[in-house]
This record gives sequence, structure tokens and C-alpha cells, in this order.
Amino acid sequence: MRTSLSRRTLLKGGLVAGAGLTIGVPLARPPRARAQTAGVFAPNQWLTIDRDGVVTIVNSVPEMGQGSLTTTSMIIADELDTSLDKVKVQQAPANPPLYANPVTKSQSYGGSRGVRDHIETWRKAAAAAREMLKQAAANEWGVPVESVDTEPDVVIHRPSGRRLAYGQLVDKAQQLPVPQDPKLKTPDQFRYIGKMVKRRDTPEKVTGKAIYGMDVQLPGMLIASIERCPVNGGKVKSFDATATRAVKGVKQVVQVSNGVAVVADTFWAAVKGRRALKVTWDEGPLAQVSTPMINREYAQAAKQPGQVARNDGDADKALASGKVIEAVYEVPFLEHACMEPMNATAQVTDTECTIWAPTQNPGGTQQTGSKLTGVPVDKVVVHTTLLGGGFGRRGEQDFIVDAVETAKAVKGTPVKTMWTREDDLTHGFYRPATYNVFRATLDPSGAPAAWSTRIVGPGILIQKGRAKAGEIDAAAVEAVRNMPYDIPNLKIEWTNKDYGFPLGFWRSVGPSQNGFIIESFVDELAHAAKKDPFEYRRALLGKSPRHKAVLELVAQKANWGAPPPAGQARGIAVVFSYGSYAATVAEVSVAPDGTPRVHKLITGIDAGLAVNPDQVKAQMEGGAVYALTAVYYGKITIDKGRVQQKNFHEYRMLRINEMPVVEVHILDSGHPAGGLGEPGVPSVAPAVCNAVYALTGKRIRRLPIETALLKRA
Amino acid sequence: MLGISLVEDAMVTLVVNGTSKNLDVEGDMPLLWALRDVLALTGTKYGCGIAQCGACTVHLDGQPVRACVTPASAAAGKRITTIEGLSAAGDHPVQKAWIEVDVPQCGFCQPGQIMSAAALLASKPAPTDADIDTAMAGNICRCGTYQRIRAAIHRAAALAKGGRS
Repeated sequence: MRTSLSRRTLLKGGLVAGAGLTIGVPLARPPRARAQTAGVFAPNQWLTIDRDGVVTIVNSVPEMGQGSLTTTSMIIADELDTSLDKVKVQQAPANPPLYANPVTKSQSYGGSRGVRDHIETWRKAAAAAREMLKQAAANEWGVPVESVDTEPDVVIHRPSGRRLAYGQLVDKAQQLPVPQDPKLKTPDQFRYIGKMVKRRDTPEKVTGKAIYGMDVQLPGMLIASIERCPVNGGKVKSFDATATRAVKGVKQVVQVSNGVAVVADTFWAAVKGRRALKVTWDEGPLAQVSTPMINREYAQAAKQPGQVARNDGDADKALASGKVIEAVYEVPFLEHACMEPMNATAQVTDTECTIWAPTQNPGGTQQTGSKLTGVPVDKVVVHTTLLGGGFGRRGEQDFIVDAVETAKAVKGTPVKTMWTREDDLTHGFYRPATYNVFRATLDPSGAPAAWSTRIVGPGILIQKGRAKAGEIDAAAVEAVRNMPYDIPNLKIEWTNKDYGFPLGFWRSVGPSQNGFIIESFVDELAHAAKKDPFEYRRALLGKSPRHKAVLELVAQKANWGAPPPAGQARGIAVVFSYGSYAATVAEVSVAPDGTPRVHKLITGIDAGLAVNPDQVKAQMEGGAVYALTAVYYGKITIDKGRVQQKNFHEYRMLRINEMPVVEVHILDSGHPAGGLGEPGVPSVAPAVCNAVYALTGKRIRRLPIETALLKRA
Repeated sequence: MLGISLVEDAMVTLVVNGTSKNLDVEGDMPLLWALRDVLALTGTKYGCGIAQCGACTVHLDGQPVRACVTPASAAAGKRITTIEGLSAAGDHPVQKAWIEVDVPQCGFCQPGQIMSAAALLASKPAPTDADIDTAMAGNICRCGTYQRIRAAIHRAAALAKGGRS
């Protein structure tokens, strides 16, 4: 391929542009703890200040849409007392000794842990820097440090009116000891935390300058795409690339772990090369697995007792007599469907491995690079680009393996390995499908006397080797085992039924389905007891005041007791996940053909401290859409190991014409910060389905909603 | 070098963001890949390849099209506008409104959303919610920014009118 533009011109600026961050360039000053670079104040790995007063903040949390570039810099800038609009932000390199999450000890980001796990570390780091700057100025002026204060970027001595800019103090401050227990601001002193701050990455995201993994361009770079076995887990037996090599633009064809990589000068040539490949596959054991079989075997397994995850009182005994209310709930496998299909870029030589990736897991990426190339872990360089969606999918290593193996085969040449949307949907890591049996009895007042839930499905943590086989998988029972309702006899069981179909962490993980089943069944009990669903829950939340408070908030905001808009009904639900409490009231109608329509979602969130309230709202709005998409359409089915949904016409997404009004109410509880990326998801599906019941008398016990069930004759 | 090979295909002349460019690409190559992989204009995104998601939306003679299913050869001789060329300084009313409302989350779909919205406003300066539904239903946002997209389109309409709403 030839172009009239010089390639150099085309490549210029390919990497240095980026949404509010710099990637692809070595950190100018590796901010090691106490790095000693002349003219730079580097009190720790999180920030530097140069003699011009330029503050550079290092953001360790990948920007996947949650606003980490903005939030991280707000927190650090606030304690440092610097002008937020002037700070520079760099994305941290993979370097777990410096940048690992202080709670998980891993440089991998999921579980809505960005703010809540780092806020104390970042505040202390910035407060220490501020104290050092104050001390440096106090020394300069010969005054007690207690008599100096700061304004943004300046230390001041009010009694004398003297001022020294941070930039003027960097050399002196750099010589001082780092205080280990600096004094933090009190909330009334916050300049940014808790205020509405605009995202710093928006300008580049609206002009096309933002660089995602897919946009990485390097001199001499080739582009690859991998033909994969249609059956998940299958391997190449043999292949014939004769026709592929004849495709214009194709440079190389190499076998890699996940299939056959076609390396070309454009993605289009790589895709055409893939189409021309003849591959014989060893399909492997999943070729025997199909959705109807899974569903049948789940139902069989549910007849036997599972492993007991919780057992309060004696539910078995209590359920042996009286009127037992029973229900079965089923949820399907789901794929993340990040807007940016999986991809990564790598360059491998005999001694070096450099990776550019839209990853939630820079630490794991570095490990993968080392494992596949033999380059020592700490020598593998990882540049984390912007992520076009993460949702848990981008913590996985498969797309990194693709890129490193392919680049290794084309030694020395940078190679961007890209997935098609079809690859992305059919070779994902799926939210587990589960089958759930509920049984309950009510006491004379209508409150649950006994409750049992038996969950059948696979365990993500066990499949990934992160929990022991034979034990209870914490993700599988999350939001069920710790359900908030005060019930004297409560039994939770789990049966591990895993076919080896690849599982992953899908935005809100266990609570994504368990919130739905618990909050639907408690609604069933409320109706069986002829009680108002809101009041019924409220009465059972005596031991869970934060659940109760956020539930009451949405009920009040939704005007729960008042009649709903004509033709609509309301449903309510509350779920705790990832350190935060979220509740939703849904206002729903159903068309004569059975199509549900969600008009409005009134949501409430108690995430303790809301660092950036407008982005708290954005995460709640986004969580609602993610959940609602699954309620309307989300279903991955398997036929002989093959995923049947290949693109957006078969795996539909909610679109703007289906978008309800989403109202977000923040409950400022004063508790420590909770998560936000995920907690907006779990309470939406049950609130919607509970509203459908209130309107139609039809209980939705299987997602997505089958409109045929709601069709009026 | 650089994967550039000598080929027989006819040159395609594309007028992209006001500049005429001669490309030696296969005629069946979708405009999307000519823009991204040959002209290094990566603002236009790949999301599905079958005109289902709208991430690749560009303007051809002012009309929104999905670049992933438009052969580069079919765009020859037409004015192609990509997100990079929507405005010189990133200050098209739609871009300004997007910043005011803080629409993007991950932002990957937003170039396509913005190109669809700009085309809508060019044909309907004061769109109703129903107009927005019709014009924007082809653009998927997995982060769920639809509510803000709607608000920002109304805001952009006001900005374009010169009002402060």
C-alpha cells in the first residue's frame, strides 16, 4: 500500500496525544520514592513539582470511562493545594512495587476499587508534600511552620505577607524528610473533593484526539488479526495459509496459542487474510456443551442439596410445614461488549518487550509479557492507553497473549493485534448463567419465617484458580449470602456446576444476578403477604440501616405512595455491592404486544463520600443502562461450544430511543468511600421486573424478559 | 518498509477534511480502514463492522454514513468529514455542548455520536426528542451516556442559534 503522504507525517503525534494524559513516552522522571532529579520535588511516586511549579500527578487507575484521570487528580490536588486546572496527569507504568493498589497489593483494577482503596494513600502522599513545602518555606523565612499556610501553588506567611510559589521551593523541599503521618484536610477545607468537577478528558474525547488501544500507531507497525476456533477452548490442528499469503497486504501468517494470526499492513488485509485461511481445529471438550443441556442439568442438580453458604436458625425444619412459596429464577450467560473490541500492541526483541494496551490489569500484562518472552518482569514496559470500556473484560490476559505472541513471531516489529466484534462476543469471559430455587414460609404477620435459596451455577473465582475447588465461591453467592433482610431461619446453598465455558467478571459480578433474584423473591413474598413492597422491605431492614436509608430515599423521591403515571406501575429494589448501597424505583409500562418500556428510574446511592458528584451520577446512569440492556436483551447462548450471538444484531444493546429518564440521588452518609462503577447495576433489573408484576400480575423469573409472557390477548 | 507494497490497484482520491489525498488501496477496502490505517485518522472508530453501532460515523457530502460498510472507492470525489475535521478548534456547537454536559465516559463511541448529532443539527436546527431518537438510534453507547447525549444535542441547538438557552 502506498500513500501520497509520508508515513512519518502520519505517525507524528500518534502517541503523545491522549485524553489528558501522556502515554507511550517514558516517564520523564521515574517517580521512584524520593527520586533524585535536579530541580524536581518528588516526595513519592504519586506526584512531582518542577521549578516552574508544574505539578505532575501519576494516575495508577486505568481510565475506562469511570473518570479516574479526573478523580485521582482531584484528590491529590486537593490535599496538595494546587490548581486542578493546571496539573498534568501521567498514566502510571506497570510497576507494582510503586503503584499496586494498596489494599489488593496488585496493579489490577476491578471491583469498583479506584477511589475507595486509594483515597487515603493519595491524600497522605499529597498532604506530606504540602507539609514539606510549608517546612521549606518556614525554614527560608526563619518562622515556625505552624505560622505558614498554603493557597493553591503558594506557601504564605500571613503575618508578614510573604509568599513563595511551590516552584521556588522544590530544591529545598526535596532535601527534607517525608512526614509519615501528615495532617489531612478536614472536609470543610476541601477545594475539589465533593464538588462538581468537569472531566479533564472530555476535550480530547470530543475531537478524536484521545488515544485508545486501537489507535496506537508506531513507526513500522503491522496489524494482525487472529482466526480463532469457533468452539471456545479449541486449538489449531493444522492450517493452510496458501490463499491467505496471496492476499495483498498480508505479511506473515503464524500460529499462536489462540489460533492463527494473520499479520498485515492494515486490519482490512488481515481480516481478508483470515477469510482465506483453511484451518482444521481440535475443538476440545466444549464442543459437547450447549445451552439446553446446561439448563437441563442445572435443574437436575438443583434437586440435590448444595454446599451450605449460610444457615441461620433451622430453615429446613421451618420449611417442612405451612404454606411454602416456591419460585425458580434463571439468568443467562452475558458478554461485556466493550465498545472498543479487544486489542493490544506489542514490540518484542531478544531483550525487550514493550506493550501498549487498553488494560484494567497493567501488572498482569507485565507478567504475561515476561512469561511469553523471557524478559524479566520489571523490564517489561507496559503503556496503559485509554480503555474503550472495561466492565471487567479488560482485566483478562487473552488479548495481551495474542499481541505478545504475534509480535514475538515478527521479532522487532511492533504489531497491533485486533479483534473483530465477532471475535469479541464469541470469545469472551462470560457472566455465569445460574438456576436458583427459592422456598419460603411466612409468619402470621406476613414476614418471612423461613427462607432458602439454592443457587446452581459455576464459580468464577474457582474457575480462575482464585478460590479453592470444593469451597464456596464468594462471587457466586455475593449479595445472597449477605442479604440484608432479618429472617430467623435462613439457608443459602450453592452447587458448583461448571462446564469450563470461560467465565469473567461482568460489571457488578455476582450481585448482577443475585440482586435480581433476591429482590424479586422478596417482592413475591410482599405480594403474598398482601403488603406494600416498600414497607415490607423496610420492616425487614432493622439490622441494615444503610440499606433502609437509601431505600427510603428513593421511595420518597419517587413519591412511592402516590399513584404512578397512567398506564404505568412502580417497582422497587435495594442492593449492596462493592462497598455502596444502591436502590431503584422503576416506572414501567407494557405495550399490548408485551414489550416493556421503562420510563423512569429513580435511583439512590450511598457511596459514603462522593468525590465528584456529577461523575457519581454518570456511573449510576451508566449502570442503569448496562442493567437495562440485560433486562431487555442480554443473552449469550451456546450451541456445541459455539457462542450464537456474533454481533450487535444478535446481541442487542439499549439505544437512545429506549433510554428512560434516570434520576440519581446521592445520599451523603459520611461513611468511608464505597465503589461506584458497579453498584448502579444490581438494583435495576429487580425494580423493573417488580414494576412489571405490579402492572401485569406476571412475575418475570427469567432474564431477559420474554415479551410473549407479557403479551395481552 | 512499513508494510507498503507495490500494487496494481487504481489510486483512490479522497477529499478528507478539505484535503485531497491519493491512496493506493484496494477498491473494496471500507473507508473506515482507509481513514484509520492508511491516513492515520484514528478518531473514527471501529465497533462492529456491519453498520450496527455507529462508532465509525463520518459525513459524506454532509450526510452521515457508516464508514465500516462504505467502500473507499464509493467515497471518491465526495467531501469526507471526520471527527478531526468537524471544526478547526474543537469548537463546533456539538463539541462545545458535549463538554458543557460532560457527556463522554469511556468516550470510544463519542466521535460517532458527535458526527451523527452534527448531521442532525445541520438538517434540523431545533430537533425534538423524537428527531433525536430517530437520528441517534444507530449509535450505541455501552457506557450509557444517552441521557446526556440528548441534553447536549438540545444544548448544541441553542448554542448554534447563538442563544444561551
